Amino acid sequence: MTIAILVMLGIGATCGIILSVASKVFYVYEDPRIGQVEYFLAGANCGGCGFAGCSAAAVAIVEGKAKPGVCVAADTEAAVNIAGVMGVEPGTAEPLKSLNPCSGGDRAEDKFIYNGAMTCAAMTALYGGKRVCSIGCLGMGDCIRSCQFDAIHMGPQGFPVIDEFKCVGCGACATTCPKDLLSVKTMSQRLLVFNQEDHALAPCQQTCPAEIDIPKYIRLIKEGDYEGAVNTIRERNPLLLSCGRVCPHPCENHCRREIEDEAVSINQLKRFVADYEMNSGRRFPIACAPDTGKRVAVVGGGPAGVSCAYFLRRLGHHPTIYEAMPKLGGITRYGIPEYRLPDKVLDWEIEGILNLGIDVRYNTVIGRDFTIQSLREEGYEAIFMGIGAWKDYKLGIKGEDLKGVSQGISFLSSVASSPDKKVPIGKRAAVVGGGNSAIDCVRTLLRLGCEEVYIVYRRTRKEMPANAVEIEAAEHEGVKFQFLAAPTQVIDDGQGNVKGLEYLQMKLGEPDASGRRRPVPIEGSETVLDVDMVISAISQQPDIGFMEGEPEKENITITRWNTFDNDPETLQCSVPYLFTGGDVATGPSLVVDAIGGGRRAARAIHQYITGEEVKGTPKSLRKRHIPESLFATVPGVVKSPRTPMPELPVAERIDSMIEVDQVITEADAKHESSRCLNCCRICYNPDVIDQKDQNAA
Amino acid sequence: MEYIELIIATIFVNNILLAQFLGNCPFLGTSKKMETAAGMGMAVIFVLVMAGVMTWIIYEWLLVPYKLEFLRTIAFILVIASLVQFVEMFLKKSIPALYAGLGIFLPLITTNCAVFGVCVLNIDKEYNFLQSLVASFGYAAGFGLALVLFAGVRERILLARVPKPLQDTSIALVTAGIFSLSFYAFRGMV
Repeated sequence: MTIAILVMLGIGATCGIILSVASKVFYVYEDPRIGQVEYFLAGANCGGCGFAGCSAAAVAIVEGKAKPGVCVAADTEAAVNIAGVMGVEPGTAEPLKSLNPCSGGDRAEDKFIYNGAMTCAAMTALYGGKRVCSIGCLGMGDCIRSCQFDAIHMGPQGFPVIDEFKCVGCGACATTCPKDLLSVKTMSQRLLVFNQEDHALAPCQQTCPAEIDIPKYIRLIKEGDYEGAVNTIRERNPLLLSCGRVCPHPCENHCRREIEDEAVSINQLKRFVADYEMNSGRRFPIACAPDTGKRVAVVGGGPAGVSCAYFLRRLGHHPTIYEAMPKLGGITRYGIPEYRLPDKVLDWEIEGILNLGIDVRYNTVIGRDFTIQSLREEGYEAIFMGIGAWKDYKLGIKGEDLKGVSQGISFLSSVASSPDKKVPIGKRAAVVGGGNSAIDCVRTLLRLGCEEVYIVYRRTRKEMPANAVEIEAAEHEGVKFQFLAAPTQVIDDGQGNVKGLEYLQMKLGEPDASGRRRPVPIEGSETVLDVDMVISAISQQPDIGFMEGEPEKENITITRWNTFDNDPETLQCSVPYLFTGGDVATGPSLVVDAIGGGRRAARAIHQYITGEEVKGTPKSLRKRHIPESLFATVPGVVKSPRTPMPELPVAERIDSMIEVDQVITEADAKHESSRCLNCCRICYNPDVIDQKDQNAA
Repeated sequence: MEYIELIIATIFVNNILLAQFLGNCPFLGTSKKMETAAGMGMAVIFVLVMAGVMTWIIYEWLLVPYKLEFLRTIAFILVIASLVQFVEMFLKKSIPALYAGLGIFLPLITTNCAVFGVCVLNIDKEYNFLQSLVASFGYAAGFGLALVLFAGVRERILLARVPKPLQDTSIALVTAGIFSLSFYAFRGMV
């Protein structure tokens, strides 16, 4: 007996000693928090969390791949304790959530009759599934069976719906789905997704420069989940109040309903939910990833800079915006007039973004108060350059330095920055140009009391690049159009003031490189327009004079349009720490383009400062369309009238800067959202309009 | 010749999973995917060879001389558990690549009855050192083989129409039974 005890003690002691020696000899540093976290886990090694045992789960929590509440066997107290170890709020760590981008498994047509095993895996083995859609959901529910947490159920339309509250992000469904459709991602990962050729994308979403998931937010509006719709838009576009007002909505040009009917009024729906939030009296919370402590300088507080800063902040970084003007907003504040985008709306929107924890230095101008070099010396790990394109092109004709001649953006910004939105103007004015700035100038001039306002454009109305609705509104307000007219000189009255604008009449010739017919002058057709004020609004270019003082100017490539040369996919410049987006990279373009550019740059900056390889998306779409998604006909669409844009009558709006376009009503939003066909690539639902709703409306 | 016979006997005839019915939990638990099954098979071979040798040494050199054969069970459990822990630490430090592949299976082996069973069988059949080394390897290889074959079958079962009450573990057990019957064909070979 004594021997037995001694032998057992001996074996035990030997094992113990060997193990303890081994633990010293074979010591590998691991985060001490892993042990602490594991202590609070249930220790059941059940695998319910989706990781291989409790130690693996603890590692995942410490690495931020799982949230503190991942353990299914432990109670909420454990989650709170773990959150304590990790130094985060139990809810703010980045939870993984499963996501199903395909919203209609049952709607695509069948290729053949299928009698095999009713599982997605089996069906995929036969020619990739019975449906004509090569990428979409098969609707057999393999993911539902794979979910151990009862978080997926079959929705009424035959595709799986995920319950975000029950989802623990274990990834079982994503592994099971034979179509790789379900993806399990953290919020940060979702913010950095860009359109890809093999994604399930409706034509509108392929077109949107910001790549907003349009069918999803319209569906949420239809279901009455306005907060969900706002959050969906915010995953791609932080300036939804502004875009809801000023976006020329290229998405609507590719709306599939337009093929048989009128396009869904997508932008008015965006404005409706955006205004709903503003008028609801509370801000919907915006989640941010845990702090990384990394600092990024954002030069320029326009749409591109604000968008970039917003996405960087949501990814957990600390952006600081350097703004030359006393307020943020860039061209949306100083270029777009008050009657299209009121200051108080913009203020409210930007306040919400800054509340996330973004620092701003106002009235600091690059080249005067700081340089790229000085930002580097201050310790910023990356720099985003979003200074826009503010330098007006000149007409290059005689008399352009006379008193009474000004340029589009400088005129608009002088109006916007004067406290009462008033500047001295003439009685009769001519605005040269056919873009949105020209229209903004004429409509502003009318509101300031100008008696007669002309648009002088060298081509015809059809070729005008301005938004059609804007041209129409200007026409209603009494603007006179002088088409096919090329200014040749500004006439002096002898005292240095403008007396008139002389122009040559033109006729349209052969189409040029842009596909528009080239205007050709008619000899000897000089005509004088009797005006005392001339504004040239013929496009702008970035003002990059500050580059002269940069020590690294040799390494930073500038294009011949004075824009920064960058990689179109990552927006990284020729020096690795510099990224650009918005007008300074693209030349004058849409607000929504700048917002998309800001997010694209935020992705590259995130990769750069977290030490990853800076790379884009494989098979990136970048506003190209997937050919199979563009239809010639859409059978089965029941016609339904498009909600008209509510606007103030001309008499009420013409004397003041009051906002012209109004928001649609909730009933109209319901109607408009029900017009959406909820398209995917080739999958759409022609029967989406409920006949009862139709009759009631 | 004797050893070749021993290997065939341990892999096929007396397959630890399908003839001895030991180690059923990992057999059902890790056989859903081929990748997992192969990883688990490798891990078992690795651990079992070491455990077989270690326990044989402990038994023959320590327990038998002091006539303490009755302590076999508890001593083996202690040794095997320590061994797995040791191997885990060793791999993590010295061969991180192998650890990355096998690491998650090692804790599962700590309490694997197949491992313990083989160690006991080696003693019961009165194998010498070399024999128990070969037998341990053979049993482990048999475990791995059965697991990989079974995983292949289970991946195909996913494509079949299984009646609801029989889905998942039930059909796996039924399949395992048929599998086991087919392995009976090896009986009488050696």
